[in-house]
Amino acid sequence: MMSADPQTGTKTMNMIEAINSAMDVMLERDPNTVVMGEDVGFFGGVFRATAGLQKKHGKTRVFDTPINECGIIGVAVGMGAYGLRPVPEIQFADYIYPGLDQLVSEAARLRYRSAADFICPMTVRTPFGGGIFGGQTHSQSPESIMTHICGVKTVIPSNPYDAKGLLIAAIEDNDPVVFLEPKRIYNGPFSGYYDRPVEPWSKHDASAVPEGHYRIELGKAATVRSGEALTILAYGTMVHVTKTIVEEMGIDAEIIDLRTLLPLDIEAIETSVKKTGRCLIIHEATRTSGFGAELAALVQERCFYHLEAPVERVTGFDTPYPHSLEWAYFPGPVRIATALTKILKD
Amino acid sequence: MPETTPQKEAGRPASNLPPLSLHIPEPRYRPGDTPDFGDIDVPAVEATLRPSEATKPDAMRELSYGLVRVLDFDGVAKGQWDPKLTPERLRVMLRYMMLVRAFDDRMFRAQRQGKTSFYMKCTGEEATSVASTMALDRGDMCFPSYRQQGILIARDYPLIQMMNQIYSNRGDHLMGRQLPIMYSAPEHGFFSVSGNLATQYPQAVGWAMASASKGDSRIATVWCGEGSSAEGDFHSALTFATVYNAPVIFNVVNNQWAISSFSGFAGGERTTFAARAVGYGIAGLRIDGNDPLAVYAATQWAADRARTNNGPTLIEHFTYRSEGHSTSDDPSAYRPADEATAWPLGDPIARLRQHLETLGEWDAERHEAQTKELDELVKTTQKQSEKLGILGHGMHQPFETMFDDVFEELPWHLKEQCAQMLAEQEAKFGPNWKPE
Repeated sequence: MMSADPQTGTKTMNMIEAINSAMDVMLERDPNTVVMGEDVGFFGGVFRATAGLQKKHGKTRVFDTPINECGIIGVAVGMGAYGLRPVPEIQFADYIYPGLDQLVSEAARLRYRSAADFICPMTVRTPFGGGIFGGQTHSQSPESIMTHICGVKTVIPSNPYDAKGLLIAAIEDNDPVVFLEPKRIYNGPFSGYYDRPVEPWSKHDASAVPEGHYRIELGKAATVRSGEALTILAYGTMVHVTKTIVEEMGIDAEIIDLRTLLPLDIEAIETSVKKTGRCLIIHEATRTSGFGAELAALVQERCFYHLEAPVERVTGFDTPYPHSLEWAYFPGPVRIATALTKILKD
Repeated sequence: MPETTPQKEAGRPASNLPPLSLHIPEPRYRPGDTPDFGDIDVPAVEATLRPSEATKPDAMRELSYGLVRVLDFDGVAKGQWDPKLTPERLRVMLRYMMLVRAFDDRMFRAQRQGKTSFYMKCTGEEATSVASTMALDRGDMCFPSYRQQGILIARDYPLIQMMNQIYSNRGDHLMGRQLPIMYSAPEHGFFSVSGNLATQYPQAVGWAMASASKGDSRIATVWCGEGSSAEGDFHSALTFATVYNAPVIFNVVNNQWAISSFSGFAGGERTTFAARAVGYGIAGLRIDGNDPLAVYAATQWAADRARTNNGPTLIEHFTYRSEGHSTSDDPSAYRPADEATAWPLGDPIARLRQHLETLGEWDAERHEAQTKELDELVKTTQKQSEKLGILGHGMHQPFETMFDDVFEELPWHLKEQCAQMLAEQEAKFGPNWKPE
C-alpha cells in the first residue's frame, strides 16, 4: 500500500539513506518520535544511518546512549508507556540478546498484560546478517527468535524504497516492531558472488525514493519476479542472491520477498505455491528451527496437494558464523543452484 | 566421569601458594537459632543531618551508609528530617497502612480457602509504599514491584478492583491474564506489574526521561527488593538515570529476604544497598523503612530533588519481611520463627500509632474502632467481588479475549487460532454453546 506524497519528488538513495530519510520524516512529522542508541547522535551511527539527524532535530530527539542494550530497550519501553515513539538502535543484531528480556517479557507483552492500559509503540532497528567479515559477533540473523515472541512484529526490507516505507509504517505502528536491516545490502544489492564488484543502488529502480512520507503496509509481501517453475521465498540480502542465480540458470522462478515475517503474508505464499507446485525457501540464518522451518510447515499444511516436490530449504549452517570461512558458510550461488536443480528434477 | 572438565591445562607450575577458598554467604540465624540483631547500628534520630535537595551526591555519601530516622522509640518525631505532618495527615497515613494490612490478611485467607492461586502480603513493609506514595504528587508514575499494594490503596484505587484482579473474575479489567496482585492502573499512576524482577527499573527511567524531554513536571518512582537489585536491569537503570539526570526515585525495599536467600546473596554482606548509588554519582539515602515519617521525608526530599532537575535518588528502605515471600513460601524452613519480632526497628503501624498517641491525637479506643471498621470494609468488598466470581470456578472472561491485545489488530494467524479454540469449546460443550 504505497501512498507517495505527490507534493514531494523522489531522490536516488541507497538503503542507509532511505532509512535515514524515514527517521528524518518521522522526527519532523511527529514530535513524539525519538531516536536513540549507541553512537547515533553526534556521530550519526557506525553505519551512518542516523547521520545529521541530531543536528537537525536536536539532542533530546536524537541522542547517544550507554553501551547497555537492556537499558536501551528497557528505557524505550518506559518512553513508549509515557507516550513517545522511541526508535532505539541496537548497533548489531548480535548485541540484542542482553536486551532480549525487555523485548520478550516486557515490550511484547505490555499491551496484553495490561489489557491495553499501556502500549509500547517502539521500533528497534538493528543491522543483521553476514557478508561483511564481521565474524561470529557481527553477522548473526536472529529473525526466527524475534518471530517466536508473541507480540512483536518482525520486518526485513530488501531495497531502499521498501526500507523507507516499511520503517515509516513500523514507527507509526502501535505495537513493538523489530526492524532488521540487512547490512550487506546497505550500499547496493549483493549478487552472492563476493569476488565480483557490488553494483551500487543508484543503478537499481528501487533507489528512486520519495523524499516525503509514504508507507508500505506491514504484513504484505512483494513479488520480485513472476514465474511458473517454482516459488522461492526469501527476504533481505537473499532476495538479490536468489534473483541472480535464477537469472543465470534461466529458471522461470517466482520470487516472493516476504518483507514482513510477522505478520506474514500467507496469502501471497499460498497463491504462488499453488500456482507453481514447488517451493524453495532461502535464508541466511542457521537451519535448525530457523524461519524456513516455519515457512516449510505452513506450505506443507496449506499447499500439500498442489506440491510436486518436497519443500526445500537453503540456509546457513548450524555453526557460529566463522570469520575466515565466511563464504563457505554463506548460502551462495552453489548451494542455491544445487537446491534448484534438485527441486526441479523431482 | 572425569574429575575435571576437559579444559586445557593452565600450565600452572607446582607451588607453595596457599589454596584459595570460595566464600558462600550464610545468614547468621537458621531455624532453631535465637536471633540477635543487637549489632545493627541504629543511630540517634537527631544524628542524621538533612542536606538541601540540591546537594551534590559526593557531598552526602554518609547518608548512603547511615540510617535516616524521624521517630524515636518513644514515638516522638525529632531531628532535621521531621516532615512535620499535621495530625490529620498522620491519621490518613495510619488509616491507609491499616487498610493495607486488613486487605492483606483477608486476601491471604482467601488464597488459603482456595479462592485464588496466589497472594503476597507486605506485612511490616506498609510504610515503604503508603508513606512513600503520600509524599508524591498524584500525577507521578509509580513503577511497582509485587509488594506495593500500598500505592494503590494510598491513591484510593477501588478495593474491589484489586480483589477482582486477584480473583481473575468477571470484574477483572486485566481479563484474567495476570497473576494475582499484578495490578495495572494508569489513571492512578500505577504501572502494570511484571513477574520478571527489576525489569520496571529501566522502564521507570525511560518514563522519567520522556517526562523531562517533554518539559512535563511529573516524575517517576520505582520499587524493587534488595534481592533483585542484583539484576542487570537495576544497574542499567542506574547508569541511564545518572547519564541523563533522570527525574526518578529508586526505592530498594531491603526486607532482608529474597524467598529463602538472605540479603547477602545480593551483596548485602559487603555494603549497604543505598551505597550502590555512590558508584553511580547518584544521591543515596539509607532509611528506616519501618518509620513512616522517615519514608515520607526521604521521598519528599527525593521528589523535590527530581522535580528541580537535581537528578535521581536511590532510597534503601531498611525493613524486614515479617511474613512468607508469598502464599507459596514457608519461611519457618529457612529462618527462625521469631526473627520478625526480634527485628529492632519494630512495626511501622505500631510506631505510627504510638506517635499519634504520644501527640494526643489517637487512642486505643479509636484504633480498635478503626481496625473493626476497616476489617468490615474489606469483608463487605470481598463479598461484592466474589459475586463476580473466583478463580477456577467457571470461565469469567469471554473466550475470544485470549487473543485480544497481543497486537492492536488481530493478524490472520491469531484469527485462525481463535477460530480453532472456539471450535474446541464447541466440541467440548455442544452445538448450542455460545461464547460469553
